[in-house]
Amino acid sequence: MKKRDLILTLVSLILLFVFVYFADAYLDSYKVRILNLCAIYVILALSMNLVNGFTGLFSLGHAGFMAVGAYTTALLTMPPLVKAQNFFMAPLIKPLDSITLPFLPALLIAGVLSALVGFLIGAPALRLKGDYLAIATLGFAEIIRVIFTNTQSLTNGALGLKGIPVTTNLWWSFGIAVITVILIGSLINSSFGRALKAIREDEIAAESMGINIFRHKVLSFTIGAFFAGIGGGLLGNLLGTVDPLMFRFFLTFNILLIIILGGMGSITGSIISAFIITIAGEALRFLDESITIGSLYVPGIPGLRMVVFSALLMVVVLFFRQGIMGTNEFTWDKLFDRLQKKPAAGGGSN
Amino acid sequence: MSLGTFLQHLANGISLGSLYALVAIGYTMVYGILRLINFAHGDIFMMGTYFAFYGIAVFTLPWYLSFLLAIVLTGILGMMLEAGAYRPLRDAPKISILISAIGASFLLENLAVVIFGGRPKAFPTPRVLTDVVHIGSISIQNLTFVIPVVTIGLLIALLYLVHNTKAGMAMRAVAKDYETAAIMGVNVNKVISLTFCIGSMLAAVGGIMWGLKFPQIIPLLGVMPGLKAFIAAVIGGIGDIKGAVIGGFVLGIGEIMLVAFLPELTGYRDAFAFVLLILILLFRPTGILGEKIAEKV
Amino acid sequence: MKKKLATVLSLILLVSFVFTGCSGNKASSGNGSNDSSVIKIGVLEPMTGANAAGGALEVEGIKLANKLYPTVLGKKVELVIVDNKSDKVESASAASRLVENEKVSAIIGSWGSSLSMAAGDVVKNAQVPAVAATATNPLVTQGNDYYFRVCFIDPFQGKVMANYAYNKLKAKKVAIIQEVSNDYSVGLAKFFTDAFKELTGDENAIVAVSNYNTGDQDFTAQLTNIKAKNPDVIFAPGNFTESALIIKQARQLGIKAPFIGGDTWETPEFIDIGKEAVEGATFSTFFTSEKPITKESEKFLAEYKKEYGDKEPSAAAALGYDAYILILDAIKKAGSPDPVKIRDELAKTKDFPGAAGVITLDENRNAIKDAVIKEVKGGKFTYLNVVGAN
Repeated sequence: MKKRDLILTLVSLILLFVFVYFADAYLDSYKVRILNLCAIYVILALSMNLVNGFTGLFSLGHAGFMAVGAYTTALLTMPPLVKAQNFFMAPLIKPLDSITLPFLPALLIAGVLSALVGFLIGAPALRLKGDYLAIATLGFAEIIRVIFTNTQSLTNGALGLKGIPVTTNLWWSFGIAVITVILIGSLINSSFGRALKAIREDEIAAESMGINIFRHKVLSFTIGAFFAGIGGGLLGNLLGTVDPLMFRFFLTFNILLIIILGGMGSITGSIISAFIITIAGEALRFLDESITIGSLYVPGIPGLRMVVFSALLMVVVLFFRQGIMGTNEFTWDKLFDRLQKKPAAGGGSN
Repeated sequence: MSLGTFLQHLANGISLGSLYALVAIGYTMVYGILRLINFAHGDIFMMGTYFAFYGIAVFTLPWYLSFLLAIVLTGILGMMLEAGAYRPLRDAPKISILISAIGASFLLENLAVVIFGGRPKAFPTPRVLTDVVHIGSISIQNLTFVIPVVTIGLLIALLYLVHNTKAGMAMRAVAKDYETAAIMGVNVNKVISLTFCIGSMLAAVGGIMWGLKFPQIIPLLGVMPGLKAFIAAVIGGIGDIKGAVIGGFVLGIGEIMLVAFLPELTGYRDAFAFVLLILILLFRPTGILGEKIAEKV
Repeated sequence: MKKKLATVLSLILLVSFVFTGCSGNKASSGNGSNDSSVIKIGVLEPMTGANAAGGALEVEGIKLANKLYPTVLGKKVELVIVDNKSDKVESASAASRLVENEKVSAIIGSWGSSLSMAAGDVVKNAQVPAVAATATNPLVTQGNDYYFRVCFIDPFQGKVMANYAYNKLKAKKVAIIQEVSNDYSVGLAKFFTDAFKELTGDENAIVAVSNYNTGDQDFTAQLTNIKAKNPDVIFAPGNFTESALIIKQARQLGIKAPFIGGDTWETPEFIDIGKEAVEGATFSTFFTSEKPITKESEKFLAEYKKEYGDKEPSAAAALGYDAYILILDAIKKAGSPDPVKIRDELAKTKDFPGAAGVITLDENRNAIKDAVIKEVKGGKFTYLNVVGAN
């Protein structure tokens, strides 16, 4: 990395730091919540993009990994007294009922556990390809949800968990989002990442180049699951409550929408798009609600907002298949080129 | 378990299985021609049910007329879906088509919420079909006899269409290799459109039968049946019409028997279908009737 | 291509911000927590998704109450209704929006205990009181000084139905079929089981527990198992949608045992879907129009008829109505729209005459109330019995 770029990157990080500081101090809790969600969706989108965008595996199992992460973090951070209150149907199994860990180790364990589940699912499922893989991962996510609904003494079943310490704040969510961007970014630019892209472009060619396809796929899937678990953990400890119904296919759909809008295979795209989708999701609330403009009363149509979102996905897939960024990334070079009104160097946009 | 109870379970299983089979035929047909999982099939199914509902309950048409109209409308809707969401992507990577399918599925569901409302509606049921016959200690709804007959009837009609008509020959040609078919003068777009039309009409028949059996309809009605029918199609060997029927019965009876013999696992019933799907995909991806297809390079 | 997309997207964003700006402007010019000519009450309900029917009933009652009592402290009361889409993440965000953007003085809702719980931390941290109309799970108000409710809780409801099964129906053996993915259903089943075992003194009084998932439609396998156990009564707590289908399928399978359930059954759809099969189904609920309990009940019934015609008023509508008038009363007593003061007044509620009965809140902010038992008869919900709170 050039010295100039390094300095610029550091300056932007400091600016982000300052932004978070002021946002944390001065914004109201509603805006803070939305920003938190934005950052969490950045993490989730990146983890899904690693698998779907960079490796070219079409996985629809994200909600399952998030569930594992969210439940693990919640169970590890809840104080024993709250656990006892929650588990009034059947007591929580030992030794979970008396363990309380700080947030960071809990989150890391959640990530590792999700990764483990990801590995166990990936090892058999990744032998499948294309739409079969999609439907199998979707199936695994549903199986995880059904299991969580039925294991009363581990997850409290349908009652879910309530009173989870609300630890997630802007420092946590943005901090981890930045770390995720850096980690996945350097992973993509390593030889490992290049191998993943080679697999995405042409599996058979990649294999003949000596890349162990299966190993790379499983590893990518496992790393994706790790970050999905972390994102799930942050989400659970932001809401203060989780239950199995949260982790339906709809959640995966949201993240899919983000990476497709941002561009499959672009980290920058995922980040931008996570913010757009999350903020637009709130901003478009007016579609569902009645509003009065002057003397004109417009009755709201509940559900219209979701129509807009699903239509948006269709429009992007049909007409702008590359999304916002395609497979391009933001670099300082391109920014300067653009500022000097020169065509972006090597920017292979269509 | 007493014999009577077992036979009752069996009757329940056949009844459910024939419904799955009916929906699975449409699923498998589209897949057979396009090699595309039509995620929106379940939602087309839902639309068919709503069309029939509005025909009877709102426009007070006689039920047979309303069913016929619903089937035709759903067929048109299927063609529109194909033209809007799939045709522009015919040469795109498979992943894009799949995403478009998921998008179309969500769009239909959300449109249904806006247009039809989120509250459940009671599907009108003609008495003839819902009355119950008692054989010994077993109770069977009249409908249970009707559905398999409809399923088998449609199966035979479909097999005839595919194997003995010109349109069917074109379909088979497109399924084998659509580029070559196009060179040979087959109008590929027309054939695919026809396939979607027929597949959607079958979905509408399935939806109407579903509505008669479970007379409560909501916009998300098609999600689970859609997934189950897909699983049934995979079990039978996706792309194979006879296989879909067999798969439907295997899944339906299997689900019921799971609850019958392992009552403590009833909560896991929905997972059962997925476990079965994954096992089939891993160990016999071509299903019961499917043939092994070498992967094209 | 990319530029076009960027333009389209920025347009969408621009339009949406302009619109939110509009509604924002409307909010600040119309109300202004500054000039405070308006007092805002937030309504957090599912308008779409699985619980939409329930949410709609509550909103009906709340709107009626707002129409009858449009002012307090000489100011207009404005309802801010937000949809939580029957989704927890949405529910928390929507509640947050109510307290931060709309600056509401209090919140009513939500139908569905888990949706209320998701909003729990938001209202607690923002110190804005919330009053649930029909959320019956004990955890909703537990440990949260800012959550109240105007209905009784599930342990009581479970006991009421156990008593009914044991004393009135003379049941010795009961089978349960529960919606395993629904916290309300699982909780109620558990409280019923505890109470019924205690009544019979028989550890094996519950002969079968069968599960199903939200959205399931085929229950024949579970019901065939239950039929083989030959129970005296079947307890089926769960949403009205699935419950109506369950009862229908049970009758088709030749099961004759009576079905009993909980308050969620009381929606018009339950009868529409179940038709003659649900005749005789019995459940506990909060309120009956046949025996108006208070003066307020009579007023509610008369006005409801004027507003909504011949439709039978549901308990959820009555409780939504009660939540509204209870908050209004608290604002009056507090003499200001300050949320914390309103909370303190709410906590003191005693012998408050509501449409669905007299409300007294206990130290856990739960209403202590009589339960009403209703039966489906001639395609209508008819009053059967009242069970005292003590």
